[in-house]
Amino acid sequence: MSEDLNTDRHLTIARSMAEAIEQQMEKDPNVFVMGEDIAALGGVYGNTRGLLEKFGPERIRNTPISETAFIGAAVGAAQDGMRPIVELMFVDFIGVCFDAIYNNGAKNNYFSGGQINVPMVLMTAVGGGYSDAGQHSQCLYGTFAHMPGMKVVSPSNAYDAKGLMNAAIRDDNPVIYMFHKGLQGMGWLGTEPGATVATPEDSYTIEIGKAKVVREGSDVTIVGLAMGVHDALKAADKLAATGVSAEVVDLRSLVPLDRETVIESVAKTGRLIVVDEDYNSYGVSGEIIATVTEHDISKLKASPRRVTYPDVPIPFSRHFEQFCMPNADKIVDAYQSMVKGDAVSV
Amino acid sequence: MKPSKSTLLWMYETMETSRRFEEIIAKIYFEGKTPAFNMTNGPIPGEMHLSNGQEPVAVGVCAHLAKGDVVTATHRSHHQAIAKGVDLNRMAAEIFGKETGLSGGRGGHMHLFDAEVNFGCSGIIAQGMGPACGAALSRKLRNEAGVAVSFIGEGAANQGAFHESLNLAALWKLPVIFVIEDNGWGVSVSKESSTSVPRNSVRAAGYDMPGNYVEDNDPIAIYEAAGEAIARAREGKGPSLIEIETYRLAGHFMGDAEGYRPEGEKDALFAKDPIPQLSKLLLDEGHADEAAIAGLQNKAQQRVDEAIAFARESEYAPEAEALTSVFA
Repeated sequence: MSEDLNTDRHLTIARSMAEAIEQQMEKDPNVFVMGEDIAALGGVYGNTRGLLEKFGPERIRNTPISETAFIGAAVGAAQDGMRPIVELMFVDFIGVCFDAIYNNGAKNNYFSGGQINVPMVLMTAVGGGYSDAGQHSQCLYGTFAHMPGMKVVSPSNAYDAKGLMNAAIRDDNPVIYMFHKGLQGMGWLGTEPGATVATPEDSYTIEIGKAKVVREGSDVTIVGLAMGVHDALKAADKLAATGVSAEVVDLRSLVPLDRETVIESVAKTGRLIVVDEDYNSYGVSGEIIATVTEHDISKLKASPRRVTYPDVPIPFSRHFEQFCMPNADKIVDAYQSMVKGDAVSV
Repeated sequence: MKPSKSTLLWMYETMETSRRFEEIIAKIYFEGKTPAFNMTNGPIPGEMHLSNGQEPVAVGVCAHLAKGDVVTATHRSHHQAIAKGVDLNRMAAEIFGKETGLSGGRGGHMHLFDAEVNFGCSGIIAQGMGPACGAALSRKLRNEAGVAVSFIGEGAANQGAFHESLNLAALWKLPVIFVIEDNGWGVSVSKESSTSVPRNSVRAAGYDMPGNYVEDNDPIAIYEAAGEAIARAREGKGPSLIEIETYRLAGHFMGDAEGYRPEGEKDALFAKDPIPQLSKLLLDEGHADEAAIAGLQNKAQQRVDEAIAFARESEYAPEAEALTSVFA
């Protein structure tokens, strides 16, 4: 993923998010950050590290543990002309503040006929794999992407993380920025080294709604986002060892969804596997498969497959959780079962 | 501080405008809905929450507000919208769902927005409170003038958002005023059977902010209490809570048979209708004579008639417009 970059500077996603925020705050006094533990601590995931020292407590604003109020406040500040960035520490906590997001933030542009914009960024941690169980490990991608009025992004690496954060802050709509804990570059969570990539210091944006083919191939398209991309890349290596050429598509954004890139890739490979750490049913995986089959089912040489989190609350015990999570071997198995023409059990 | 004569006359005229607007809306609402009541029919389909009786709250507070001040309102917000200066023609057209409405028919009566006067409302209880804190924070961070007022009902004082927002506003000393319109009823459930304290204003003490109680729907007392709280906010001294005893002269929504009301309650409330009381005060204190009162009534009626005619005559937007304005 770093092949097109002229820099040796490797950043973690956490650093690149903080750098994007810092650069935006330098340029625009209307940008500020609110959230729990985001000031002196620099955010539980390091997304605001160093910013308090530079910008002070008015613009790097610790909040009480009152998500209903402060995420509602982000909506109100955005509607009044600010560009707040608000951190919801774990996406699992959305239960107490969903109203501010989906009933106000996401609907007020529409309900006002475009008179009132809500240019806010909600950055929130997703993902499991470190035995934190089902109130601190979910992805909930599909939950947000399902409801209209919010843009939704989830980067798989630091380069994209910075460009998407810049785009999110400049966007005039609410953007749900879902960063995966396992990609943050924080050793204490266990981290995926592939997410730490060359990242230019100069500010740049990545257009929200553009997927990226991160590995080209001809036999199967593997679509994923965030951690799923890394699982897919590892699976592609394994498949390559058996002579199978896999193409990997990093969605990067869920809303808007770059359906064209997925359709083009499958038109080339004829096979589709979707990797999604969110729950299996009614989610991203179903949407991607529906997109491809609705468009032109004749392009498919085999029934599509999905490698997803089963529809169970995320368990604590390590062996339970690892059994449930997507991984490269499951993707390889899905490919082999697909080409054999096995029926998918329901 | 007592309202000036011109403020009093504005308050009266605005109350008349609001009431007359609601009365016409009520009449039109039943077009196509009789003999069998079906909410989906008629020129104004859907739920309809009228503000009859609650006008003193809207005028007493909004008399102190400028265009640039922010109001977040509730599902029952026509009186507040009118008092805040929302364009009445476009508001009426929105309630009819027409193309010329504030949002072209996307929002309807529970989602009225007028960016010109910084007015917005939400159909979700207490959920304007966080956004009001945010608007106040926005002004504070930019060092710009302006306060935010969050109107809520007494039922909202039992929501988590109420308590979180009061804490946040006091903690950050935000220029925000929370105004409880206590009409005694959360749909069909009385305040007594839903609320642990007789007066919600005492809850302000838990957040170290002033809590004022105004009894008996008195527009002058509301004006005074709001004036004090808003001046305090403008001076950077932080938020206030005002609880106002007001009266819901209509049902929770149109079509509500109100079987839950004690016998005689409505009659007693109608006897205390604040609009004739205010006109009497204007006459008694010599602010206006009969002719002047009639003049204000006529002006209010004309404005309402014009708005309703505008709404009636406006077209519906093409259906495909439903798919636009999701994003900025």
